Amino acid sequence: MRIDFLFWRECPSHPEARALLREVLEERNVEADLVEHEVLTQDEAEELAFPGSPTIRVDGRDIDPGAAGARPSLTCRIYHLPDGRSSPVPSREQLEEALA
Amino acid sequence: MSTSLGAEAPQFDLPGVDGQNHTLDSYADTDALVLVQSCNHCPYVQAWEGRLSAIASDYADRGVRVVAVNSNDADSHPEDSFDEMQKRSREQGFTFDYLYDEPQGVAQALGAERTPEVFVYDRDRRLRYHGAIDDNRDETGVSQQYLRDALDAVLAGSDPAVAETPAVGCTVKWR
Repeated sequence: MRIDFLFWRECPSHPEARALLREVLEERNVEADLVEHEVLTQDEAEELAFPGSPTIRVDGRDIDPGAAGARPSLTCRIYHLPDGRSSPVPSREQLEEALA
Repeated sequence: MSTSLGAEAPQFDLPGVDGQNHTLDSYADTDALVLVQSCNHCPYVQAWEGRLSAIASDYADRGVRVVAVNSNDADSHPEDSFDEMQKRSREQGFTFDYLYDEPQGVAQALGAERTPEVFVYDRDRRLRYHGAIDDNRDETGVSQQYLRDALDAVLAGSDPAVAETPAVGCTVKWR
């Protein structure tokens, strides 16, 4: 399994998202190649179809496919939690589902 | 940059989502004024906006007005256009004023860097608190109510125990 972790440094959510991802991987004993990539420019965001930070892809598939097609941008990404709240990091459930 | 404690509030004349223009003098009769650098698109703003509405309501009878200001470039972030501001304010039932700073002059005058970023001014419109609304974007994990504590202190005529905290959020989207 390959996991791409794309982030933009100016959004402060990536350390928390990275830590949660690593925690879930460890809990579920998932062996994966975690490849991190820092997105630096708008051109790069467009080239990578990067809808915001962080973006996580498991074997190329976005963990929140419904929002993956948003306009590429150097911005913080919105994740919608099961209870309806917005969050700058994905939920544990979203990550678990994507890794299943 | 006017983020130094004691700095004067910036003058402004900005359109609000209510269809009226609002100036600093529009709030002259309030005992404390809270300016919040804000926007629509940022997940940190969205995580905190319900709490901001609650604070605006809770302190309305105590002479406090909360005013959110969106200075983001709507060309690069169309979700932050004035039309989208009006829509979000309606949908979310904002209890605070929400103003559009298209020229970005207020953000520059405040020295704002993040959304949301709070500036609390006293009766003389001097900056008394600057930073975050509270200490956790997740409402269930809040232990320090920075903005509420600062308002309580300012209304009581004393200095906030915590006068500056780091604002955690998205960057202001400059043109």
